[in-house]
Amino acid sequence: MTTVSMTVNGKPVSGEVEGRTLLSAFLRDGQGMTGTHVGCDTSQCGACVVHVNGEAVKSCTMFASEAAGAEVKTIEGMANADGSLGVIQQAFQDYHGLQCGFCTPGMVMSAAALLKDNPKPSESDVRHYLEGNICRCTGYHNIVKAIMAASGQDVAAVAAE
Amino acid sequence: MPKDHGIGASNKRREDVRFLTGNGNYTDDINVRGQAFVHFLRSDMAHGRINGINSDAAAAMPGVVRIFTGADFEGVGGLPCGWQVTDRHGDPMQEPAHPVLAQGKVRHVGDPIAAVVADTYEQARDAAEAIELDLEELPAVVDMKAAVQDGATKVHDDLTSNLCYDWGFVEENKDAVAAAIDGAAHVTTLELVNQRLVANPMEPRVAVGDYNKSSDDSTLYTTSQNPHVIRLLMGAFVLGIPEHKLRVISPDVGGGFGTKIFHYAEEAFCTFAAKAINRPVKWTSSRSEAFMSDAHGRDHVTKIELAMDKDGHFLALRTDTYANMGAYLSTFAPSVPTWLHGTLMAGNYKTPLIYVNVKAVFTNTVPVDAYRGAGRPEATYQLERVIDKAAREMKIDPIELRRKNYITEFPYATPVAVEYDTGDYNATMDKALEISDYAGFGARAAESAKNGKWRGIGVNSYIEACGIAPSALVGQLGARAGLYESATVRVNATGGLVVMTGSHSHGQGHETAFPQVIAEMIGIDESMVEIVHGDTANAPMGMGTYGSRSLAVGGSAMVRATEKIINKAKKIAAHLMEASEGDIELKDGQFSVAGTDKSVAWGDVTLAAYVPHNYPLDEIEPGLEETAFYDPSNFTYPAGAYICEVEVDPETGKVTIERFAAADDFGNVVNPMIVEGQVHGGIGQGIGQALLENCVYDENGQILSASYMDYAMPRADDLPNYVVDHSCQTPCTHNPLGVKGCGEAGAIGSPPAVVNAVVDAMQRNGKDITHIDMPLSPARVWSAMNE
Repeated sequence: MTTVSMTVNGKPVSGEVEGRTLLSAFLRDGQGMTGTHVGCDTSQCGACVVHVNGEAVKSCTMFASEAAGAEVKTIEGMANADGSLGVIQQAFQDYHGLQCGFCTPGMVMSAAALLKDNPKPSESDVRHYLEGNICRCTGYHNIVKAIMAASGQDVAAVAAE
Repeated sequence: MPKDHGIGASNKRREDVRFLTGNGNYTDDINVRGQAFVHFLRSDMAHGRINGINSDAAAAMPGVVRIFTGADFEGVGGLPCGWQVTDRHGDPMQEPAHPVLAQGKVRHVGDPIAAVVADTYEQARDAAEAIELDLEELPAVVDMKAAVQDGATKVHDDLTSNLCYDWGFVEENKDAVAAAIDGAAHVTTLELVNQRLVANPMEPRVAVGDYNKSSDDSTLYTTSQNPHVIRLLMGAFVLGIPEHKLRVISPDVGGGFGTKIFHYAEEAFCTFAAKAINRPVKWTSSRSEAFMSDAHGRDHVTKIELAMDKDGHFLALRTDTYANMGAYLSTFAPSVPTWLHGTLMAGNYKTPLIYVNVKAVFTNTVPVDAYRGAGRPEATYQLERVIDKAAREMKIDPIELRRKNYITEFPYATPVAVEYDTGDYNATMDKALEISDYAGFGARAAESAKNGKWRGIGVNSYIEACGIAPSALVGQLGARAGLYESATVRVNATGGLVVMTGSHSHGQGHETAFPQVIAEMIGIDESMVEIVHGDTANAPMGMGTYGSRSLAVGGSAMVRATEKIINKAKKIAAHLMEASEGDIELKDGQFSVAGTDKSVAWGDVTLAAYVPHNYPLDEIEPGLEETAFYDPSNFTYPAGAYICEVEVDPETGKVTIERFAAADDFGNVVNPMIVEGQVHGGIGQGIGQALLENCVYDENGQILSASYMDYAMPRADDLPNYVVDHSCQTPCTHNPLGVKGCGEAGAIGSPPAVVNAVVDAMQRNGKDITHIDMPLSPARVWSAMNE
């Protein structure tokens, strides 16, 4: 067991981990931050996506010790300072981009990373970017719409064409 | 003007706030102080005799609390089956034992053999690897037809064969159907496979068992769609715990799709073990584990024959299906290929003679049970594919062939027992043609051709039976449970209400939609209504959420309870206003005396109920709380028409969905936004079945597709945008809301549209291909094209 320290959502945290402890387990079990979800064991589903030093990372595919000293952002840190929903979160609610909510933290974190890199993505850009985020409930239509809306683009154009 | 309040409003969901901020309360988020963790050692062979289990070394490893095997469950009940099917000869189905941990034999890859309970999950997993197993491999039966041949290895030694039942429906019509087929001008035959699928809700299953020794109370937290059902099945049939000493809590659940209905070994284990070791016991499934322990879906092999006259009128229909049960009977498994499939074989059509035969077969595979649509996707797929094939053979337009045979008068009693209350299948077909821009297909096909792609268009109708179900009827059909739903509406002194419902939301948005109904009935704001679900300590006995039943049955219970509330409230209002009860009207949260300007507010009445000073105590009790149990008088019958347009790349066989239009008739609708989301998700799963998904076993019973590496889940770039419409509304005639339910329709109606479209693309481009089995992967399509 070793102690690992990092900053999560702006707060310094530390905890005891084994070499094999995943970042997702460190967040969920070690820190009690259960917003980051684990949906698979082959790094496909994306429910565990967080930001590490500004990059979207699947926290199930990273050891906690690899995040030592890093700035980590999770879904718990995505709301505004006053507690209101951030732009992406609000767009997901406005456009019914979630049903059971389990894939949602990863979707929001991935969307945030996308919009940072590509502030006005096309619908096709969004769909390709989300290859690493699986949703079983929504059929993706409203998730794509929500992300397009969060980017400030007109979503009337997001129709079957 | 779209509504912004009450029934018909697309209110934003209040549950979204916690899900979007990482504050959901899913079962794996729940940790009980002092909990131990369990890891299950599962069989890696499909069929084997357990000759010995030596866990001495494992038990000595760090952190191990106790190791359990099947021997610990002798004297404990096995997992029960909730539906007994009677076969063609009037005999009951063969029903094997289903122990919590394997006893004597293992019967599928994933069958749990031992359970290691330790202080940490890693310690449990490490110790499991140290367990020495003496497993003698036996031949595996995987193919259903081979499994029912004489001499086939038996999955269960104490049964006479691997045939669970040979069901015929309606048996008395068998000969008439045969005669009609033999004498018909034209018979179209099709053999097809409705392949085995894995539901894969994104949240894997979890169970946390907790036991309070001082009070002898057991608590189970579990990812279930129906906590009361689990409490009853597990308490009465497995562990012998009376319901009042067993609390089952299903908190936020991350998707179900049917897979989380059933009572599973792991939740019985955790409940049992918590008492045995006097510590909470937690289990979290990995995804790989889910593939070999969650109930699978579909897995039918069918031959269907449609007999017509020379003009294409349907005269008779006969189907022959092998339905895989897997190695054990899951909770509702026997009902899916029979009562949820055979009874839908009339579809939207007036076919007078129908005979359905189903042979349910045990194999050395994971048990199969209901998955979104549960029997109705299988029925719709067979019927709508054979109709499509018939249209081509008869050179009749596939839409015209359907219209010619549509049922147009209601109520309509089908020859397969169910009676459709209302519907308008021409209306949804018209709407589908409109919203899909069917007329513009030719131009689009020409454009595709310029790009070297083959474009095809597929059309189908569907109908389904949901809003499950009238208890007496299903009881006659072999159900061992009732299928009513419940609601307790508790009004507080200050005017707010809590609705405790037996329904359960695992994505359907009940916390938002249910208050809309109450808001409409009383005329108060939705924010005054709280929905409580998922905890057997709080909600009255309910059967849970599946079969598109929550609004139709649960909502109806809530309406009936609210009507009782309103009736009582009117009595109180009458007393307060010194008027006669018959003159009291309720509108917009105000009780008024008809023909006067006297009124009292809802809040005044509710306060009076709990502070009964000026109150008719000689006539009614204080308080304002009512319960209703609603048993539906029939199923509900949503129906519609779907149109899918595909492009096929002839070089690679790759199919892309270019357009998908769905025109559904759900009767009345409470929250249109939520309804659309349900259809989107269902279509996504249906397209997944049509093009991508397949749970594959090899001839040794090894599951080859047991992770997301190998099982092709649809991603965002596999799926199109959807054009969905539910404006064709023929309200359900027999429930107070007139709702038909919408949760499964998308998954039911979509696979035939996709396959019809690909066949169309083939035929339009000179390939005489009449069928390709799902999933229509590039390899399968290319092979069919190049045979």
